[in-house]
Amino acid sequence: MKMSRALAGFLCAAVLGLAVTPWLAGEFYMDLMIRIMILGIFAMSLDLLVGYTGLISFGHAAFFGLSGYILAIVTPESGPITLWYALFMCLAGSAIAAAAIGWVSVRTSGVYFIMITLAFSQMFFYYFNGSVELGSSDGIFIFFRPDVTLGGFALIDLGDEYTFYYFVLASLVGSYLFLTMVLRSPFGKVIQGVRANEARTRALGFATQRYKLVSFIIAGTLAGFAGFLEATHTGFVSPAHLGWHESGMILIIVILGGIGTLYGPVMGAFVLVFLQDKFQEISDLWLLLMGFFVIAVVLFLPHGIAGLFARLTGARPADGTEVGDKGLAPTVPAKSREGADGGGTA
Amino acid sequence: MDLATFLIQVLNGVQYGFMLFLVASGLTLIFGVMGIINIAHGAFYMIGAYLAFWLTGVVGNLFLAIVLGIPLMVAIGYAVERLAITHLYHRDHLYQVLLTYGLILIFNEAQKLLWGTGFHGVRVPAILSGAVPLTDTLVYPHYRLFISVVCLGVAAGMYVAINRTKLGMMIRAGASNREMVEALGIDIGKVFAIVFSLGAALAGFSGMIGAPISSVYPGMGDQILIISFVVVVIGGIGSIKGAFVGAMLIGLADTFGQVLLPELSSMVVYALMAIILFWWPQGLFGRRV
Repeated sequence: MKMSRALAGFLCAAVLGLAVTPWLAGEFYMDLMIRIMILGIFAMSLDLLVGYTGLISFGHAAFFGLSGYILAIVTPESGPITLWYALFMCLAGSAIAAAAIGWVSVRTSGVYFIMITLAFSQMFFYYFNGSVELGSSDGIFIFFRPDVTLGGFALIDLGDEYTFYYFVLASLVGSYLFLTMVLRSPFGKVIQGVRANEARTRALGFATQRYKLVSFIIAGTLAGFAGFLEATHTGFVSPAHLGWHESGMILIIVILGGIGTLYGPVMGAFVLVFLQDKFQEISDLWLLLMGFFVIAVVLFLPHGIAGLFARLTGARPADGTEVGDKGLAPTVPAKSREGADGGGTA
Repeated sequence: MDLATFLIQVLNGVQYGFMLFLVASGLTLIFGVMGIINIAHGAFYMIGAYLAFWLTGVVGNLFLAIVLGIPLMVAIGYAVERLAITHLYHRDHLYQVLLTYGLILIFNEAQKLLWGTGFHGVRVPAILSGAVPLTDTLVYPHYRLFISVVCLGVAAGMYVAINRTKLGMMIRAGASNREMVEALGIDIGKVFAIVFSLGAALAGFSGMIGAPISSVYPGMGDQILIISFVVVVIGGIGSIKGAFVGAMLIGLADTFGQVLLPELSSMVVYALMAIILFWWPQGLFGRRV
């Protein structure tokens, strides 16, 4: 994944812009930016599945919400716990859940995969929705942000909004670099091979199911990390965090930003959160506007903002493939889809 | 569990299974024939239930409301197919999911706009408000029996329509080889529009006759959609026979789950799905790829 100079410059400028935001913008916008960056991490984790492994998960919010609930469970009512312990529990919990769901799900493909991930995430939804000790559908509050201590010394105070802002920014950049590294590794090449042509990759001797599973676990764990940040930020988690509306929204963000680009989904989060904010200002029926917006994106912007950006700068898309190969363009023949999914009435 | 309670649970499970079948058969047919994964299908169920509530209020009788509601559902399905779905035939599933997700947002908000966010009840028609006595204390309502009988009739009608009529032949042909059907001079676009409208009408009908039992509330479509997905996946996507078997399995598993494992009832059906997919990744009657 060679990136064009224009793009690299743009990304550096964007990070710089994010770094100076707290000085320029008010508290309201800082809060909004934190939300955007967290959703950006969440969206990048889904992009690893949708854009690079070719697995369309419609249940990705399960890990996002689960991690928030784990934080709520491990945080005592009397005071904060240490970051290391909380983070370990949240990430381990998400990873285990992703391994369990992924183990069943990666045996299937195409539409089956979409439906199964959706069904599993709804299973989590109903579990937490019905769990009285965790607040049922009202959700549960987390009264203390984790302490960042090392050997008894407090390093930074996450309770401070400015500190927390930079903590999230560092997490965003860190997640981006981590995923870039994963994608450049031999493992990353194989999962991209799976997306391009699974049968051929298998024929080359790679156990593609295992690669898909590992990719699913990495994505789930990173989504769990985003969920941990979100729960820490808002001090609240509810079943809505792992419902399918959340899964749908994050898919929209990935598409809107541009799949298979990593930075695209972050831009998608940026645009969507601001739009949501504007829509809510305009009307109580903002979901109606959102519905029309979603349809417009599907019809008119299939390669997302990143695709638009690539076209404007005349650069190739960041993942080095032509945007729109492998079945994501409007021009893909119907035949190839059928071959992949089967079907037919009995 | 004594015999009478057991019998009641079996009847409840079968009746729930029948209603699921009406929704799931449309979903699976739309996928099998058109290659479209339509997650707005649950919204049709919700619209049907609200139409039943609204029209019953207007005309005063559920049966009349259903008679008036079905053409409305067909019209809604047709409009959605012409305006939105038609752009999706050659697109990846990802975009189909997203566009129909956008439709859900629109339908849900429209529902709030028209009927508000409250819960509504629909009265069981007077002729069917009685119950069959099973023992001294247990009874089984006539209306639930009526639902099972009607659904059985619809299922039989569908079987005949698909296997014995010319339209059914076109639908079956469209499912197995779309290009060939087009080459034979059949207007596949028309077949698609019919299948989609019928699917919408089936889901809406299920919502209408289910309204007196389940009551009518916002978000009711979401719940039925997810369960229908489970049904379709278990049965094998595109297979109507699979949808029927899957619907019965889920109907019974859910009903007995609520009786035997009340704490875990909401998870029973998903566990069943996971077990089945473990051995049959393409569902029970899915075509092997």
